[in-house]
Amino acid sequence: MGPLVPDLIGNELNYVVALIIGIAFGFILEQAGFSTSKKLVGLFYGYDFTVLRVFFTAGVTAMIGVVALDHFGLLDVSLILINPTFLWSAIVGGIIMGLGFIIGGFCPGTSICGAAIGKIDAMIFIIGSFLGVLVFAEGYPLFENLYKAANWGNVRIFDTLGMSQSLFAFLLIITAAGAFWLVTYIEQKINGRPNPELQPARLYIGITAVAVIIAFSAFLMPDRKEHLLKRISDKQFVSAYSIKMMTADELAFRLIDEDRTIQIFDFRSQKEFDSLSLPSSIKYEPVNLFDKNIVKLMSVRRMKNIFIAEDEFSARKAAVLASELGYSEIYVLSGGMSQFKKDILGFKIPEGNPNRRMNDTDVFRVKAARLLPVLIKEYKSKQAPVEKKSSKRRLAGC
Amino acid sequence: MNKGNKYMNPYLAGFLLGLTLLTSIYITGRGLGASGAVKSTVVASVETVAPSHAGNAKFYKEYAEEHPGNPMKNWLVFEVIGAIAGAFISGLISNRLKFTLEKPSDIKTKTRIWGALIGGALFGFGAQFGRGCTSGAALSGMAVLSTGGLITMAAIFGSAYAFAYFFRKLWL
Repeated sequence: MGPLVPDLIGNELNYVVALIIGIAFGFILEQAGFSTSKKLVGLFYGYDFTVLRVFFTAGVTAMIGVVALDHFGLLDVSLILINPTFLWSAIVGGIIMGLGFIIGGFCPGTSICGAAIGKIDAMIFIIGSFLGVLVFAEGYPLFENLYKAANWGNVRIFDTLGMSQSLFAFLLIITAAGAFWLVTYIEQKINGRPNPELQPARLYIGITAVAVIIAFSAFLMPDRKEHLLKRISDKQFVSAYSIKMMTADELAFRLIDEDRTIQIFDFRSQKEFDSLSLPSSIKYEPVNLFDKNIVKLMSVRRMKNIFIAEDEFSARKAAVLASELGYSEIYVLSGGMSQFKKDILGFKIPEGNPNRRMNDTDVFRVKAARLLPVLIKEYKSKQAPVEKKSSKRRLAGC
Repeated sequence: MNKGNKYMNPYLAGFLLGLTLLTSIYITGRGLGASGAVKSTVVASVETVAPSHAGNAKFYKEYAEEHPGNPMKNWLVFEVIGAIAGAFISGLISNRLKFTLEKPSDIKTKTRIWGALIGGALFGFGAQFGRGCTSGAALSGMAVLSTGGLITMAAIFGSAYAFAYFFRKLWL
């Protein structure tokens, strides 16, 4: 599951990746004609809309890719860099950059491409951008308030607008297609002839139609996450699902034995977890099962993943979700923690027949009720309860 | 590849650029950028030329906190080095390598130089507020549907259109 950094690709190798991606980036920008300011400002005077075409196509392509990878569970979007939103700073910065664009004829990425093929104006633009950054850095105390005002966090546009991701993606695709059509029309009016590069028109109408159909189909695809969460809310489905069980006695035995081949996923509330947590248990929410950092944890060889909750059914729900997500070696504590507490931790020899000889189970439970609380206490004092390991979202970089 | 000076079809170029951006997000968890490398270079230069100043001024201190280690050992710096190489290769293949100061024919060289310098300075300055430029904030922001990125994108292009009329003498 992506992103591959830092688990599959180390931080050092990541620099090599950066170099390769950079080469592709620079190559494509130059091939598209972004190394000349004439083509870039054509966008603002209506004679050449190459920039809009390239930019919108690239943005939409990558956006669809991110949505699709997320949809099929191949990319953990909670780990990728979502540019943070600082409302006023974003607006003011954009306005200043727009002014810089129309005066300078480049933006930082395109000036680099221009300079690489020998454009002196692009090199001067780069020198200017160094100065601009320096001015900001030196005057930072003056700008800091504005820079840090209205921090909305790593919000995404569809949440801000209160619509679904697919609806926004759909609207964006339609907007792009509309813009492509409109700018071709404007270009034709201003230049007095159709753009010779973009013929035959039929081809483009065809491609647009395909894009629109794909956009429509986005509505029909249910989100995998929502779909799975809906499935496990179906009681019958969860009850009928085949899941391996583990009895309270077995779990107690393994704990006393300090079995290293088990790890416990605790799906109870934080409060319950804080008041009593079993050795080597980790607090989890069912939705955490979608996270990327759990992949490693759940795939340790010969490790039994034991799901516990206060009642058996809640743990079962999480276990069904985990097996639907493709994880194996999952066991559910039968009877839940409530039974574990009753049968093991608070075990009382059944009353009634005082002459009844204790059977093996009773002997074990008496022993367990004596040993386990010690282990639990020891474990708690030895180390702070294992916090759920969470990978951090990439921080802003540009 | 293309013969002579012909440019790639813009939709094809956009599609390939989108795939590059997507690959970057899938592998590294982040999109493309350019102005971040300029920022790293400025920080590294100041730290070299005036280390005591860099140790005191707030901007450099905050930068050092957020990016421990050498400021040039930064993902975007490597990416931009790659971009220079990539653009150079493209220019070589398409026969576009040439030292030239490009400008509309009836505009003075001096005007174009000042325009490029001032425009660059404004862009570099604005990119700090925008937390990224056209690539880092607008394009990558669009790919991940970041609210801030899309606002910055709208502001960049909106403002350029709004000011275009006043600077038409520079281009037309």
